[in-house]
Amino acid sequence: MSQEERHTISILVGNEPGVLSRVAGLFSGRGFNIHSLNVAETLDPKLSRITLISVGDAQIQEQINKQLRKLINVVKVIDFTGTDCVEREMALVKARTPPEHRAEVLRIVDIFRCKIVDVSPHDYTIEVTGNRGKIEALLDLLNPLGKLEIARTGVIAMARSKKGIKK
Amino acid sequence: MAALHARIAPIEEPIRLAKPVRRTGAQVFFEVLMDEGVEVVFGYPGGAVIDVYDAMPEYNIRHVLTRHEQAAVHAADGYSRTSGKTGVCLVTSGPGATNTVTGIASAYMDSIPLVVFTGQVPSHLIGNDAFQEVDIVGITRPCTKHNYLVKHVSDLARVIREAFFLARSGRPGPILVDLCKDVFAAETDFVMPAPAEMRGYNPTYEPHKGQLSRAAQLILKAEKPVVFGGGGVILAGASEELTCLANMIQAPVTTTLMGLGGFPGTHELWLGMLGMHGTYRANMAVSECDLLISVGARFDDRVTGRVDGFAPHARIIHIDIDPTSISKNISVDIPIVGDCKVALRYLLELLKGEDWRDIAERRCSWRELIQTWKDTQPLAYGQEAGVIKPQFVIEKIYELTRGEAVITTEVGQNQMWAAQYYHFSHPNSLVTSGGLGCMGFGLPAAIGAQVACPERTVVDIAGDGSIQMNIQELATAVQYNLPVKVAILNNGYLGMVRQWQELFKHRRYVATDISTSPDFVKLAEAYGAVGLRARRPEEVEPLLRQALHLNRPVVMDFHVDREESVYPMVPSGGSLKDMILV
Repeated sequence: MSQEERHTISILVGNEPGVLSRVAGLFSGRGFNIHSLNVAETLDPKLSRITLISVGDAQIQEQINKQLRKLINVVKVIDFTGTDCVEREMALVKARTPPEHRAEVLRIVDIFRCKIVDVSPHDYTIEVTGNRGKIEALLDLLNPLGKLEIARTGVIAMARSKKGIKK
Repeated sequence: MAALHARIAPIEEPIRLAKPVRRTGAQVFFEVLMDEGVEVVFGYPGGAVIDVYDAMPEYNIRHVLTRHEQAAVHAADGYSRTSGKTGVCLVTSGPGATNTVTGIASAYMDSIPLVVFTGQVPSHLIGNDAFQEVDIVGITRPCTKHNYLVKHVSDLARVIREAFFLARSGRPGPILVDLCKDVFAAETDFVMPAPAEMRGYNPTYEPHKGQLSRAAQLILKAEKPVVFGGGGVILAGASEELTCLANMIQAPVTTTLMGLGGFPGTHELWLGMLGMHGTYRANMAVSECDLLISVGARFDDRVTGRVDGFAPHARIIHIDIDPTSISKNISVDIPIVGDCKVALRYLLELLKGEDWRDIAERRCSWRELIQTWKDTQPLAYGQEAGVIKPQFVIEKIYELTRGEAVITTEVGQNQMWAAQYYHFSHPNSLVTSGGLGCMGFGLPAAIGAQVACPERTVVDIAGDGSIQMNIQELATAVQYNLPVKVAILNNGYLGMVRQWQELFKHRRYVATDISTSPDFVKLAEAYGAVGLRARRPEEVEPLLRQALHLNRPVVMDFHVDREESVYPMVPSGGSLKDMILV
C-alpha cells in the first residue's frame, strides 16, 4: 500500500466569484481529502491565495496538482512538500478550567510564548501562532486541564529565500 | 478526406480601435456570435430568453428548435463532431437549464467544443428562489470545462469571446454561460472584443523535443509495437499523421470507441477496436505487445480492463494534450504533453531518416501471430434461420452506405455492434456518447450531424429502449426536413443490462423487459416521418434500400433476436485477455 502523505499546497487563483467553490468541488468530486483550507486576497486585488493541506498517496497528490493546474481560474500551484518553507497557523483556544488548574494554564501560556486575549472567572482565551507542531503540543498540554473550545485558521505557508554563500 | 476540425490558430490582427456603438445586450450577443463564425444555434425558448429570440431575426443565424433542451445539447454535440465547429445552444432558465445537464456532461466526458447559453432570472432576483431560477453555474461546475454568470451587460462581449476560446482550445469541452435576463435589454457602448487572453490558461501544444527523441528511440527498437489512438486523434485532425506513422513503422493499429474512424477500418494493419467489447486480436495484441504508442487516448476503464493486467509486457508512450490524463490510471514510460497532430509530425520527421527497408521482414512474425488471432477468433455471430441478427443489420447498413455514412448511436448493445460491424474509414463519421454513455443521444445527434452535413447520409443506430428517451425529436427532423434514418434494433429488452443479468446474475431479468413499446411504424407516421418494419432476414436489405432512397426522415423497426449478446466481452474486473467469446 502506498504511503499517505500530507501535502501543503499554495494556489494562486483569479479573484472571481465561485473560485473557492471550484477548488473545493474539485476535491470533493474526485474524492480527494482537504484537511484544512485558508483563503484571502493578495496584494493584487485580482488574485487570491488558497493554502490547503491535502492528504493522500503520491499518485493521488500528483493528480491533485495536475487537476488544480487545469482549472481555468488557477494561475499557479506550488506544492511545498519536501521543500524548505515557513508554515504558520493561528488558533484561538478557550480553556474552561477548574480553579485549581488556572495557574497551570498561565504557566503553559508563558512557556509557549502565546497570549491571553480574554479572561473570565471560568475561562481563558488563548491566542497561539506557530507551526503545526507547536499548536498540537499546546493543545496536548491543555487538554487534561479542562474543557477546550478551539478555532483554527488552517496553515499558511511561504517558501524560504535561498541562502547562498557568495565567494 | 481533409480533416474537418477547425483548429485554433493565433490571431495576428492588430487590435481593433473601433468606435464604440450603442447596443442592447441582445444585439451584442448576436454580434459576437456572428464574429465567432456561428451559423446555427440549437435551442428552446422561454421567458428568460425572450428578448434574445426577439432580436434573432435581424441576424443571419439559423435556429433549430428541438423538442427538449437535452436534445438541443446533443444536437449541438453531433453538429460539432461532424463539422469541426463549436456547437451552440440557447435555452431558458430553470428547467430549461437543468435539462441541458445530461448533454453537457456527455460533451464534457468526450471533450466536445460547445457553448451552452442559459437564460437566468434578472440579476436583482438571484438568490431569491425566483420563478424558474436555478444555480446552473453551481450545478454544472463539475461537468463543464468552465462556466460563467453574466450580471452586467458590460461583461457580455468579453465573456462570449472567452467562452468560445476556451471551448475549442487545448482539450476542448463544453462552456456554460448563464445570462441574467436584464442584461439583454440593457444598453452598453459596444466594441468588438479583442481575442481572449487568459492568465493561468496556457495549454501546451508543442511537445517536448527530448521526450520525442526518447520515444523515437523506443520505436526503433520495438519488435512488437501497437499504435493505439483515441478521441484526441479525431479532435486534433491527426488521422493522416497516425496512418503515416503506422505505415512507416508497420505497426498494427487499434483505437478506442472514440477514436474509430481515425484509422481506416479497411486497412490491413487494422486490429479493430480494443477494450471491453473490442476484437479478440486487438485485445491480444495490446496484451502481448512490447511497445504501446498511445495517441490522444485517456486509458478509460472500459479500455484497460484490470489495470495491473493491461499491456503487461509493454513500454508505453503517451501523447496527450491534457497532463491530467497522463499517468492517471496507467503509469507510462514516455509521457508527451502536446497536440497529437503536432507531436506526430515531429515524430514522423525524426523517424523518416531511419532505414525502414527491412521493416516488413522484422514485423513478419508479429503480424503472423496477429493474423492467427484474427483467423481463429474473428468477430462472428451465430446465424439462425428466420431470425434477424442485429449484427447482420449493421453489416447491411455498412454495405449499402459503402462505409461513407455518418453513424450516430444510442447506448448499449446497439452502440457496441455499430462499433464492431461498421468499418469506419474516415474521422468525424462515428458520433457516439462514449464517456458518459447517455441513452437518447443518437437521434438528436443525428439531427445535428444532418444540419452540419446536409449532403451526407446520416443513420442513427438505436435500441428500442434508447430511442424512446428522445423520440420526440422526430418532430424536429420532420419540421426541418432532415432526412435522418433511424435503425431500431428492437429486441424488447434493455439489451446490455439484460446481457449482464444473463452472464453475471444467473439470468435474473429484473426491470429489463420493455416488450411493451409503441408500434414504432405508427409512431413515426404520427410524427409525419416514414415508418418501415422488418421481421425476417430477407426483408432487411430491401427495407434499407427503400429507406436510403427516401429524402425524408425514416424510422426502421428491425425485430431482432431477443437474446443476442455482444461478444467478445471482458467481464468487469477482468483483464483484456480474459475475454468471454461467442
